[in-house]
Amino acid sequence: MARKKKRQGLAKRKAISGYIFISPFIIGFLAFMVKPLLQSLYMSFCKVTVQLGGFVTDFTGITNYNDALFVDISFNRQLVDEITRMAYNSLAIIVFSFFVSLILNQDFKGRGLVRAIFFLPVILSSGVIINIETNNNLLSSIADSIEGSLGGVSITGYLETILVTTGVASKPLQTLFNVVDGIYDVALASGIQIIIFLSGLQTIPKSSYEAAAIEGCTAWESLWKITFPTISPLFLVCWVYTIVDFCMRSDNAVMTKIQQISIAQLNFGLSSAMSWIYFVIVMAIIGITSFIISKWVYYDD
Amino acid sequence: MTENSALTKRTYWERNRLSGGELFQKDAVKVFVSVTRFILLFGMCFMILQPILNKISVSLMAEEDLYNPLVIAIPEHVTTANYELAAGFMNYWKTLFSTFIVAITIAVVQVVVCTIVGYGFARFDFPLKKFWFACVLLVIIVPPQTISSSLWLHFYFFDVFGIIKLITGSPMNLSGSVVPYYLLSAGCMGLKCGLYIYLVRQFFRNMPKELEEAAYVDGLGTFGTFTKIMLPDAKPIIISCFLFAFVWQWTDSFYSGMFLGKLRLLSIQLSAIGERLNSYIMYTLGESTGASIGYTQCIISTGTLMVIAPILILYLFMQRGFTESIAQTGIKA
Repeated sequence: MARKKKRQGLAKRKAISGYIFISPFIIGFLAFMVKPLLQSLYMSFCKVTVQLGGFVTDFTGITNYNDALFVDISFNRQLVDEITRMAYNSLAIIVFSFFVSLILNQDFKGRGLVRAIFFLPVILSSGVIINIETNNNLLSSIADSIEGSLGGVSITGYLETILVTTGVASKPLQTLFNVVDGIYDVALASGIQIIIFLSGLQTIPKSSYEAAAIEGCTAWESLWKITFPTISPLFLVCWVYTIVDFCMRSDNAVMTKIQQISIAQLNFGLSSAMSWIYFVIVMAIIGITSFIISKWVYYDD
Repeated sequence: MTENSALTKRTYWERNRLSGGELFQKDAVKVFVSVTRFILLFGMCFMILQPILNKISVSLMAEEDLYNPLVIAIPEHVTTANYELAAGFMNYWKTLFSTFIVAITIAVVQVVVCTIVGYGFARFDFPLKKFWFACVLLVIIVPPQTISSSLWLHFYFFDVFGIIKLITGSPMNLSGSVVPYYLLSAGCMGLKCGLYIYLVRQFFRNMPKELEEAAYVDGLGTFGTFTKIMLPDAKPIIISCFLFAFVWQWTDSFYSGMFLGKLRLLSIQLSAIGERLNSYIMYTLGESTGASIGYTQCIISTGTLMVIAPILILYLFMQRGFTESIAQTGIKA
């Protein structure tokens, strides 16, 4: 009886210290996340005017949403563009980073150097640099001139013309070629994902591969039967991370537009409405896709 | 014994014949795999490095080289004038110093808070834990842009339950000061803080429970256990979180633009460099056409190089800190 009481006391004490430990998060979350989130939700239904000593909100119903989707000439087009771009880029990033991490997990000379180079994008693709990278005309013109000096030999170019002129499923192929052309962007965006996959690959014990090989399993089979199931949870992590990362990139057209409307035009109502539309769509995509992926994920325990 | 010596005397091809051609096949596959791997990796590494190499070569070119079709990678007239110009536009050394101070203080604040919170999530059971952790995930998912405008207003008319308004008569205007951003970081709502909490939690979850229990039995409190027993072992994850926080803060332009606009930070200065070059050429040199596109891009490349140079050097020395420690945390969903 007394022992039980003491144990309860310990559990209670641990619960209290748990709350003390996470209290910075709780305070920050309530003050800087919940409140602004609710406020921006409310503001998206209002006309907001900034004045001395405060701002005034007039409830206008769904006018802002109407403006964002049907009155603004470019927003809905940008929205569709960005979301399709996000979809195929995220797929490409997942495939690419998984493939690269498989290679980097092997033993070969100079592995440390190659790893260092592949993680370099974690630095290079952040913040302001990616912004400048995307509209750097000079470097792309240099690239063009190099390509031109080689006589325009481009295997993908030829393949593209052949496949497109023969008319074999031209739409998906076009997307595929877009991805291949944008492989640099994909490589830039997959630094963290490679680290995550590598960390997963390193937790797989070598003995399971050896056992499989003795049983007559080829490398290809053990990739599907051992590697995939073991690190399948990481696909979910990487997928969510990739999508979120894509939304926050500063070269994202929708985000640029939202920021421009809020800071430059001070139209906080409209910008909140736009960001909520975008946010809800992205949340829906994350929710649906993670649900599908989690059906396929294999958990050890 | 005799069999053994016979085995060593056989040539490769004899052994190959004995194995029924399998030996050669195996070795051929091995060579093929490593050659393919080399080509693939070399190509991809080149692809990643090429923009940097390109920037270095462009930054050393004089203006006439930019338009010389014969000059592609190696400049004909090597000059450091671009660096001097870019340094002047960005006010480089002063800016570098303030960026360094901001990045380091923000990173320290973020990492300290996120480590404490991550530890709380990893090692304690308390009611509503799942709910609060879902909130952490929400923080990771919500793009800061969604709440940016109302956050901005929040700090423009800053007030804690109307107390400040009672004292001074009007809410405090904190926009343009650095306080809001430190407050955000201390509340785990800064740049990518959710991610750090997640990583730290993953790390501490893998620590053995016996360690903690032994410390409790020996009479350490929860906080003492955290600082004396758990923290020393958590060095790798703390270092890598710190490095990420530092680097991301260094290059960040979103939060810096919104909250730290009045400070001179490299990322902000870099985005303005093109305009400054233009006005410099138009007003100081008196050329009415302004800067040409090529020259502007050249100066921007130089500026970019100067901004990333410090973190590149940091990366060269701390490469392991960036990658290995995260790889060791054993992230699992």
